[in-house]
Formats: sequence, C-alpha cells, structure tokens
Amino acid sequence: MRRGRAGGIALALAAFAAAVALQMARDRAYPREELQNRAFLYVQSPAALRRIALSFDSLAADIYWIRALQHYGGDRLSTDGRQRYSLLYPMLDLTTSLDPYFKIAYRFGAIFLSEGYPGGPGRPDQAIALLQKGIAADPGNWEYYHDIAFVHYWQYRDTRAAADWFRKAAMQPSAPEWLEPVAASMLIQGGDRASARFILQQILKSPQAWVQRMARRSLLQLDTLDFIDEKLKKPIAQNPPPPGVPYSWQWLLERRALPGYPTDQTGVPLEIDPATGAVTVARRSELWPMPKQLAR
Amino acid sequence: MRAISWVAVNVFKESVRDRVPYNLALFAVLLIGSSFLLGQLTAGQDVKIIKDLGLAAISVFGLFIAIFIGIGLVSKEVERRSIYSLLSKPISRPQFIAGKYAGLVLTLAVNVAVMTLALYLVLAYLTYVEPPTSRAAWDAPGTDPRMLKAIGLIFVELMIITAIALFFSTFSTPMLSAALTFGLFIVGHFNNDLKNFDKIMESKPAILLARGAYHTVPDFSAFDVKTEVVHGLPVAAGYVAATVGYGFAYIAALVVLSVVIFSRRDFK
Repeated sequence: MRRGRAGGIALALAAFAAAVALQMARDRAYPREELQNRAFLYVQSPAALRRIALSFDSLAADIYWIRALQHYGGDRLSTDGRQRYSLLYPMLDLTTSLDPYFKIAYRFGAIFLSEGYPGGPGRPDQAIALLQKGIAADPGNWEYYHDIAFVHYWQYRDTRAAADWFRKAAMQPSAPEWLEPVAASMLIQGGDRASARFILQQILKSPQAWVQRMARRSLLQLDTLDFIDEKLKKPIAQNPPPPGVPYSWQWLLERRALPGYPTDQTGVPLEIDPATGAVTVARRSELWPMPKQLAR
Repeated sequence: MRAISWVAVNVFKESVRDRVPYNLALFAVLLIGSSFLLGQLTAGQDVKIIKDLGLAAISVFGLFIAIFIGIGLVSKEVERRSIYSLLSKPISRPQFIAGKYAGLVLTLAVNVAVMTLALYLVLAYLTYVEPPTSRAAWDAPGTDPRMLKAIGLIFVELMIITAIALFFSTFSTPMLSAALTFGLFIVGHFNNDLKNFDKIMESKPAILLARGAYHTVPDFSAFDVKTEVVHGLPVAAGYVAATVGYGFAYIAALVVLSVVIFSRRDFK
C-alpha cells in the first residue's frame, strides 16, 4: 500500500517535471511577447474601479502603485527605445483615486512624471496636477505644496511660481521653518544653483529613502555643472582645435590643457561636442539627462 | 442557554474537522511571503501594503468561511436527515438556530483573532528591522493599535454575512444561498450610492424605492475603515459604536427571521 502511494507520488512528480521541461523548451523555441511589455490598462476610470474594488480599494491602490513602479522602471531601463511612459499618469491617477491618502504615490509619482525624457515622460504639468489632487485630499500637508514649488523651480525655472508655492507650504501646519526663507530667496536671487543646493539639502533630510536618492542625484548634477563651468569651460575656450579638426578630449590632453579624461560626479567620462566643444554627461551616466542650465 | 452552547461548540468542532483552520496557515504564508517580496517592489511602502493585505485577507478569508459554512448550517442537517435526531433532543428550534449561528461566529472569532495576531507579529518584525529614519516616514506606527477598530468592524461585518447565510440556509439550497449571500455582500458595498439617488433622479417613487433599498440592504460600505486606520487617520469612537450597534440590530433581525422561518418548516 505504502509502496503504491510512493510510486504514485513519484509518477506525479515525474509528470510535473516533464511539464516544466516542455514549457521551457517551448519558450525557447517559440518566444512569446512578454505580457508586461504590452502597455494596457483594462479599467481607466477611477470611479468605476472604486466600485469594482468593493471594500478592497486600498489593496487595489497598492497593486496599481506596484504596477506604476514597474511601468516606470521598465520603460526607463528599456534599451529598445520604447520609453513612452504612456500609462504612468493613468496608473498614478488610479492609485491615488483608490487611496486618496497614499502620500508616496503623489510625491514619487510627481518626481517620475516631471523627470525629463527619456528618464521620465517629461510632464511637469501632470506632476503638478497629481500633487494638486493630493492637496485636495489632504489640504494641510505642506509636502505637496513644497513639491509643486520644486517642480516649478527645477523643471520650469519659474522662480516666481516656486516662491508662491513655497510660501503656501510655509503656511501649512507643521511646516518646517526653512520654507519661508527659501520662498524669500527665490524672489530675491531667482533661480541660482546655491538656492537649488539649499533646497536639495533640505530634501535630503527627508526620511523617505527614494526622496533622498532623488535629492542626492540632483546634487551630483549640480556638482557636475559646477565642475564643467569651473574646470573645463576655460581650457576648452583657450585651446580651440585648428580649423577642420573636431573638439576632443584627446586634443586637449595632448595640449596638456587637462590633467586627464574628465568624468562626471559618478565617475562616467564626460562627452565633448566635436563641433561646438560643449560638454555634456554621457547617456549611460545616471545623471543623464541633466537639468536645464541653472545660473551659478 | 446550555443547549445553545452545546450546538455552538459542535458547529465549532465540525469546522475544525472540516479543516477550516488550514486557512490560517495560508494566511501566515501569504503575509510572511509578501513581507519578503514587497520590500523589493514597493519603494519603501511594504508596511503599508502588509497592513492593507492583512486586513483584506482577514476580510476575504472570513467572508469565505462565513458564506461556505453558513450556507450549510441548516441545509446540511436537513440533507443528511440528522435534523430529525437533533430536534428529538431537548433543543427547541430557536435554540438550534441560535446555537448554529453562535458556533459559526465562534469559528470566525477564533480565525480573526489568530489572523490578527499573525498580522501584528509580522508588522512587529518589520518595525524591528526597519531603521528609525525609515519608520519616521510611516503614516502610522507599524503595530498601530488603531487597526483593531478596522478589524472589529470587519468582524461585525462577517457576523452579518453569517446571519445572512444562515437566513438563506433555513429555506434555500446551499448553491442558491451562496449566490444570494454573495450577491448581498456585493450590493451592500454599493449601498451608499442608493442613499444619494435623490441627487441624480427626480422621480419621487424611484427615490423612495432607492431609500427603502438603502435601509433594507445591509450597509457594508460603512464597515470599511481600512484605508483610514492604515494611514493613521482618526476614526471616531462614536462612528464605530454606531456602526457596531447597527450591525447587531441587523443581525438580531436576521436571526429572528431565520428562527421564524425555521420554526414553520415541516420536516415530515
């Protein structure tokens, strides 16, 4: 009896192993389009989804949040040039409609949406719309006002609008004291790198690891901009190549204008435009794409 | 009272024999497995999502237990013909119904209590391993006792579902009882829309009908405060008390109706 049962289990395991082996062989021979590569969203209406979710709207929000992260990450890392981020805003909209208090979905969502293409969809307008939705759900949360100010400042270079939103953030209960001076410095100094560095250093104090990471990356971008201005622009201008010869690091190194191949703050070699001599970070650098030029 | 507790204990023992506690192992595996996976997928939102998942799982597991055991509470006894020997004992029909209901509620209470404990243990572990700087970003503490408000309301909701299943079980087949109970569970979550019909319709009879349906169908949407407790938002004690009171009154009505129907049934 016992031997018969053991034989049955062994037979079942062998059949299961055969099924797995056949599945693997079939996938190798006839590769199918990966489902996650196909961008689709069955239900796009937040109101409909809230009803479908019954009392599980919070859990449904978590699922859409994970999907939004995967959609963003997948498109950002894809090498086949399919970076479209077409579903990012609808997914974030669904997430925050299902759970209107999902703070991270508003804040990270805004970072993702405002990031310039191809690092993100380059839609600061959608980032602001998402954050304003957050304000409608939780009007006393200063972080949403602060993030809108940051989008105006970092993406639009609109210091007046940024100052206005920093001031609104400062008026909220439990807002930190440094917001009011930031609003004032926006109006007085305009968009300079020192102000940007100060705001980013404040953001760096955020307890959220992803927000810290974003701030750290932006600070490295500013350091790289400083490095290009301070250490590279002058030697490039003073050592133009002869007519017909392109700008290159090789040329500058031969002329001993530079001590070595210059790199950005992550150690990836910088690139020089052969026609104009303009310096940029490499596409493969994590700092790419760089923000629009900020005055020093 | 002794007769009721005797029936209740037997229902509980039968649910154990039916391997209902197996769902607790599934719940534990689900939570522990998710807690390891979610850290990689959720951008630091694992505790929030474990709370959402845990509360939803308590609700779903409880729903299945309430429906699939509840629908068989009376009809199974009739099908097996064990009802004849039961009713020949010194147990009245109202005691039989009350005992059956209490037994399933006891099963649910044990299940919900163990699942709650498992959820708090997983959350305590996640709180322990997270650095204080990350914990500062959470909307509410990991082992927030305010979650008990949501769990309490889930339990009362499950008690209503059990009462509905029992009610249908007194006069209908198990299949139809399951469909009707599940249907009422879904309709009950749309109940809030019925209340606001007057804002989209002008017809007085239609508005009155919708209002009537709003008061007749169980108002399950009122029992859902999961989002609020997960974010540490206040849920007024008065609201919880009023909702629990509503639940108990609704249960009383259903159990009494079940007793009335069952008392009139002829088993010859």
